Amino acid sequence: MSTQTLEAARARRFSLWPFILFAIAVAVPLLPYFTHVSNFVLSMFMQATTYAIAVLGMVVVLGYTGQINLAQAAFFGFGAYGVALGTVTYGLSFWVALAIGIGIAGVAGGILGLTTLRLGGHYLAMITISFQQIFDLVAVNWIPVTHGPDGIAGIGRPSLFGYELSDDRAYLLLCSMVLYALMAAVWYLPQTRLGRAMRGVRENELAAEVVGVHTLRTKVIAFTLCAALGGVGGGLYAGGFAYISPDNFNFARAVEFLSMVLLGGVQSPFGGALGTTLLILLPEWLKEMPPGLQFIKDVYLAIYGLAVILIMVFMPEGIWGLLRNGWKKFRTALPIDTSGITPLNLDIAVAETTPLLRLEGMQKYFGGLRAVDGIDLEVSRGTVHALIGPNGSGKTTMLNVVNGIYKPTGGRIIIDGNDVTLKSPHERAAHGLGRTFQNIRLFPSMSALENVIVGAQRDNNPIEPGAKALRARAMSALQFVGLADQANAIVRSLPYGHQRLVEIARALAGHPKLLLLDEPAAGLNQTEKMELVALLKKLRSGHGLTIFLIDHDMGLVEKVSDRITVLNFGRKIAEGTPREVLRHPDVIAAYLGDSNAAA
Amino acid sequence: MDALANNFQVLFQGLALGSIYALVALGFVLIIRATNVVNFAQGDFAMLGAYMMVAFLVSVGLPYWLSFLLALAGMGVFGLIFNYGVYYPLRHRGFLPVIISTLGASIFLQNSVLAIFGAQPKRLDNVIAGGVQIGSVFLDSQYLVILAVTMVMVVFQYFLFEHTMLGKKLQATSQDKDMARLLGIPVALMIAITFVYSSALGGLAGVLVGPVLFVSIGMGSIIALKAFAATIIGGFGDVKGAIVGGLFIGVVESFAAFYISVPYKDAYAFLMLFLVLVFRPQGFFGERVSEKA
Repeated sequence: MSTQTLEAARARRFSLWPFILFAIAVAVPLLPYFTHVSNFVLSMFMQATTYAIAVLGMVVVLGYTGQINLAQAAFFGFGAYGVALGTVTYGLSFWVALAIGIGIAGVAGGILGLTTLRLGGHYLAMITISFQQIFDLVAVNWIPVTHGPDGIAGIGRPSLFGYELSDDRAYLLLCSMVLYALMAAVWYLPQTRLGRAMRGVRENELAAEVVGVHTLRTKVIAFTLCAALGGVGGGLYAGGFAYISPDNFNFARAVEFLSMVLLGGVQSPFGGALGTTLLILLPEWLKEMPPGLQFIKDVYLAIYGLAVILIMVFMPEGIWGLLRNGWKKFRTALPIDTSGITPLNLDIAVAETTPLLRLEGMQKYFGGLRAVDGIDLEVSRGTVHALIGPNGSGKTTMLNVVNGIYKPTGGRIIIDGNDVTLKSPHERAAHGLGRTFQNIRLFPSMSALENVIVGAQRDNNPIEPGAKALRARAMSALQFVGLADQANAIVRSLPYGHQRLVEIARALAGHPKLLLLDEPAAGLNQTEKMELVALLKKLRSGHGLTIFLIDHDMGLVEKVSDRITVLNFGRKIAEGTPREVLRHPDVIAAYLGDSNAAA
Repeated sequence: MDALANNFQVLFQGLALGSIYALVALGFVLIIRATNVVNFAQGDFAMLGAYMMVAFLVSVGLPYWLSFLLALAGMGVFGLIFNYGVYYPLRHRGFLPVIISTLGASIFLQNSVLAIFGAQPKRLDNVIAGGVQIGSVFLDSQYLVILAVTMVMVVFQYFLFEHTMLGKKLQATSQDKDMARLLGIPVALMIAITFVYSSALGGLAGVLVGPVLFVSIGMGSIIALKAFAATIIGGFGDVKGAIVGGLFIGVVESFAAFYISVPYKDAYAFLMLFLVLVFRPQGFFGERVSEKA
């Protein structure tokens, strides 16, 4: 497609909406300067802006990274107590106190994340609740410092460039500007390296780790950011209301933050802000109800709870998600410019003659089950090496050990001269190990291009720094598997065969030296299998890539492999060229049963 | 009172409270095993059970045994509603939506009960008045009842799961749903039964603990947090671990409250939880788990 039509397509997309939203956003905080606004309404504005900042943290951690945090009110509290104690008790300037509050919130979030994020969802939910409860207990009981249930009054407000922000209107303006700046940052985040890593973790954590994302670090960063945003919101809240008490930071408030982000839409900062505004207005609207409906006021928290269930069941992406999906129906995906893509280059030096992968006495036991029982194996550079064996013979276990998903019970794994036995999967990816899975593991709601970029952004990938080079690399990989024109398609919507190819492209984008393929032909039809064979041959002979694969399709294995290793009951029973191995009596016996034994 | 008697008294109290945590933790574990999700409303099952007891016994004035049976039956029915309203529509959507949904249910339950019964905590009397005096140690009758009932329930559950066809089907469902389905086990029904049983178990814990703590809206949350800590400390998803973990937390908490400080009583369980997570994340009985590729 030529550049002109692309420009035309972009021009057609021009829409007034962003400008209208921007105008409203600017107008709201300026409103009090032009017309009389009651103190009550001003304080609602103040509440909405500071809460919305904390809710942005929930967007990052829950929406982008898929991790739950039920302690956001505690992080909000760290910021608030930082400002309150800093200005009232220690007489610090507002800005210093705010920075300390945010810092403490961030550090607390980071520590909490480090200890629990390794363990995954359920733990995280409960532990953040526990943390929230402990915060509440301490805030109420540590009276010498927190002043207990009485709270802290007389909290100061800042001055900015010599201008005192003691006026509510000016302070609200400041909070709004902070909110908008942070919203813009959170909105931009998903397109960054970190943001893509976060989304990868959310969509398929194991796959993200395997293609080179340091998943634990990504989650801890997300958690720290979330906590720090909570701290910003809390600090500004304390300045805005001049008084805080533990009631403002209890578990009910944490649930409120959660409901806000769920209602508005967890995937977008706009959704978060929308949900916050609605849930702050809701109780006020309920007060205006006709007398017959006044009972609703008393049970509105129960309605909250019910609403959370209903949102999860019927509106998982929240109001903003509904609006956006409705909007998308009227738009066509941007066509992709497939001209000028550099052909894929794997930059593999073939001069070396040492084996690329060496396994020494590899063992993996699951309790008493010896899934892999002392295997020695070498994969030579630039070859396709197949691992075959009957079901349950330990093939996938072995791949998982090579990959680092399982820690071996014994033995050593050496990739390109580096002992990687104790390294995690993402570190192995940084050593040039790529992989695909038996049951495809992509990031389903991201585009094909984004999926492949996550593969390209691994550590040590020998490409130029910068977003442009990442994108170019990903396009080359997609072009190589023949899917460049599908780059913008959401992976979930692609046919099965194409998804397999996207997974291969994701691995190739990371410049692997060694590619592990777990049943690449599973579920493919005859034509697709032929294409796969051609692709594998092209990778080996044209690019010198070393491939270690598992498959049950002997026709395919015979066609593509230089060498075959046969496993049975976790042990190696044969090894050699396809011709030798497939006629080996032990191999035939393992697959078809021993005719002597049967007789 | 000498130190030994004091310690014995504290240990006794700790074991009784720990039994309550263990009963709720058992409910947790059964649901985790059947559905792979944590039910955040499990503690509110105890709260609801206690309020049902209050309703039947105090408000309506039925005899104790009848109120007790009605409360358990009511909780069973409630478990069924919970299954179809909160879990079932989300069963294919991963654990996060389900967790959030159960959290919503928890908020809903607490505030609905608040709207009906008001914020004032309610009293339930001991099943049997008085207690047993041994030397300088006084054993409150309700604590004895709690310990006895918990033991009966543990034996009952062991018998149910290990020696009945229903138990085997439930176990099969929790271990491999697809395989269970292929063998003709009605998986959805088994999960519904699990919810019914867990709900009744939670209700039982609430009825038992009612006379010891006051019956209040928030009683469930605090019990649930400790029960969950118990499941992690014992080993996530492990039945034995839930019981031992529950008793352990109850005992440590009682001693720490007695010797260290009462206002922070509820924090000790979390402190132990953090320590276990840092030093032995798989808990007492758990095995390290890793996701299969």
